[in-house]
Amino acid sequence: MVFNRKGYFGRYGGCFVPEILMPALKELEEAYFSLGKEKDFQEELDYYLKNYAGRPTPLYFASHLSQKLKGPKIYLKREDLLHTGAHKINNTLGQVLLAKKMGKKRIIAETGAGQHGVATATACALLGIKCAVYMGEEDVKRQSLNVLRMRTLKAEVIPVKNGSRTLKDAINEALRDWVTNIETTFYVLGSVVGPHPYPTMVRDFQSVIGKEVKRQIMEKEKRLPDYLIACVGGGSNSMGLFYPFYKEEKVNFIGVEAGGLGLNTKKHSATLASGERGVLHGALTYLLQDKDGQVRLTHSVAPGLDYSGVGPELSFYKETKRAKFTTVTDKEAISAFFLLSEVEGIIPALESAHAVAYLKKNCSQFKNNLVVLNLSGRGDKDMCIIERFLKEKNNE
Amino acid sequence: MNKIEDKFKELKKKGRKGFIPFITCGDPDLVTSKSLVFALEEAGADIIELGIPFSDPIADGPTIQASSKRALTNRVSLRKVIQFAKEIRKKSQIPLVLLSYFNPIYRLGIKNFIKESKDIVDGVIIPDLPPEEAKLLEGLEEDKLPLIFLLAPTSTEERIRLVSQFSQGFIYVVSISGVTGAREAVPYKIKNLILQIRNLTDKPVCLGFGISTPNQVKVVKDWVDGVIVGSALVNIIDKYAKDKKLMIKEAGKFVKNLREALSSP
Ligand SMILES: Cc1ncc(COP(=O)(O)O)c(C=O)c1O
Repeated sequence: MVFNRKGYFGRYGGCFVPEILMPALKELEEAYFSLGKEKDFQEELDYYLKNYAGRPTPLYFASHLSQKLKGPKIYLKREDLLHTGAHKINNTLGQVLLAKKMGKKRIIAETGAGQHGVATATACALLGIKCAVYMGEEDVKRQSLNVLRMRTLKAEVIPVKNGSRTLKDAINEALRDWVTNIETTFYVLGSVVGPHPYPTMVRDFQSVIGKEVKRQIMEKEKRLPDYLIACVGGGSNSMGLFYPFYKEEKVNFIGVEAGGLGLNTKKHSATLASGERGVLHGALTYLLQDKDGQVRLTHSVAPGLDYSGVGPELSFYKETKRAKFTTVTDKEAISAFFLLSEVEGIIPALESAHAVAYLKKNCSQFKNNLVVLNLSGRGDKDMCIIERFLKEKNNE
Repeated sequence: MNKIEDKFKELKKKGRKGFIPFITCGDPDLVTSKSLVFALEEAGADIIELGIPFSDPIADGPTIQASSKRALTNRVSLRKVIQFAKEIRKKSQIPLVLLSYFNPIYRLGIKNFIKESKDIVDGVIIPDLPPEEAKLLEGLEEDKLPLIFLLAPTSTEERIRLVSQFSQGFIYVVSISGVTGAREAVPYKIKNLILQIRNLTDKPVCLGFGISTPNQVKVVKDWVDGVIVGSALVNIIDKYAKDKKLMIKEAGKFVKNLREALSSP
């Protein structure tokens, strides 16, 4: 096995893409590691993160939830309070700013929950650049509010009718668009997935989360947390939280994936918990696939977790046991969605509710522990899903 | 010596250009695919490209996406296509090139794949495996797999050198910035890239993506050693899905037409 190659995390990662994209990825890599690291760029990004997006976000001591769960002392990292309602804007401001500096004329993006799409459309409106967003037809339906938001921001939303009509298929279409319009177009990927340099770049842009947490928890508790917990779709909010703590070996990482209807049903998105190594969307990583190497369709009540791949760096964390990966079901996530709303007055995104659900389910294991949970987004976008869920429940 | 290299030497001697049709194995079904292969050979194909269906074909347009989906509905897999190629080999010595996205090969295991496809398959095209990654893969050392690499309109001189060094059999030049799919326009712009490649290597150069009409073939044939035609043929296979006999006849006719355009002075 070869380690420490560029764009690799252990054996995971790489750049498995058609030839036509290779020069563009090289150009992006060079731009990111030069322009993206310049002081001017960092200052401009910091300016927008602070004055426009609302950073730093609070690290809130969830006393009621802590009391209710009778175990851990729980802090919530409030990414839900960011402009557009989720952590995704940390990354899109960075990438769209980079695209501008590179002289690109057009932005494309994929989106699942619509949060990355909205965050991309927002950054594009702010920085004055044209934007098209690919979104699976299924997600267009279940996150219609976000579709309307994107259109209001003058982004073109293109429904994708292939495959499971969710995030995976939206990425496929975005890649096809990129291949076709490579000269003019910058692809803003929404998670720590895809070919090098995306997993590294998106992680770096999201690391602002973990860096703030480190400072904030030291101020409040005078010590580092015992556990960091985050939901994992592609992995950007979890990597953003974990990465700045990578070398703090006493800080444990827990990633919560979407267990859907249960791991025994195949209707889930538990890539790390139950997948196998493979190559999808440019990276070698864990993957939900059949015995012939065909990528499996996934399911989750949380559109942002409904993806058959996962970031390669998280695959590396799994292999090296740096992080633990686990799942909760749709039902458990919905129940946690209500719990947090009721006891703290915070309506979480269904994605983030997965992390809450894990803590709720396993609270006795965390007695007297200091826990930071990444509340990656707010639940406004999910009210239609909840409405449907309640209706179905009433009919049962 | 590689069968594909032999083929291009033979073609060169005769002053001919190579014609390489692509079909997705298992669309509409493996039995028909087999008849198609023989019909294409008879109609004048020099090499046959056998597509392995994949769930997420990011380099393909709607035609081959749909074809891939039909083949997957028939539960066609890499393993089955290797078996299929063995069957073809019993009756024909036409050079066979497999085209597969990387994951089915990775899943089967590179060593297994090499073991099973050796002596049957003469070339392998993996559209999402650039030479950089291929070089790093365990089991792929020492040129154990006759990999054919691609160049695209965006390729830089550095990349042309890289691909020229590692591509075996021929170099696959993608004619346009885009996904696969039949197009009418002649890709004039690609001529410069081909000349640039010619300056750097003696390896045969074949042009694919979007080639579908005799007119296009007539223009590009003087630039290259061969042309690859996929989507246009797959369109015919789809069009005559209900009558397989007619499908095979029409596919043969289509190839014959293009073959003639390729052989015209
Ligand atoms: C609120 C929220 N949390 C989490 C995710 C999952 O993505 P990731 O794992 O990249 O953080 C999404 C994706 O859309 C999201 O909208």
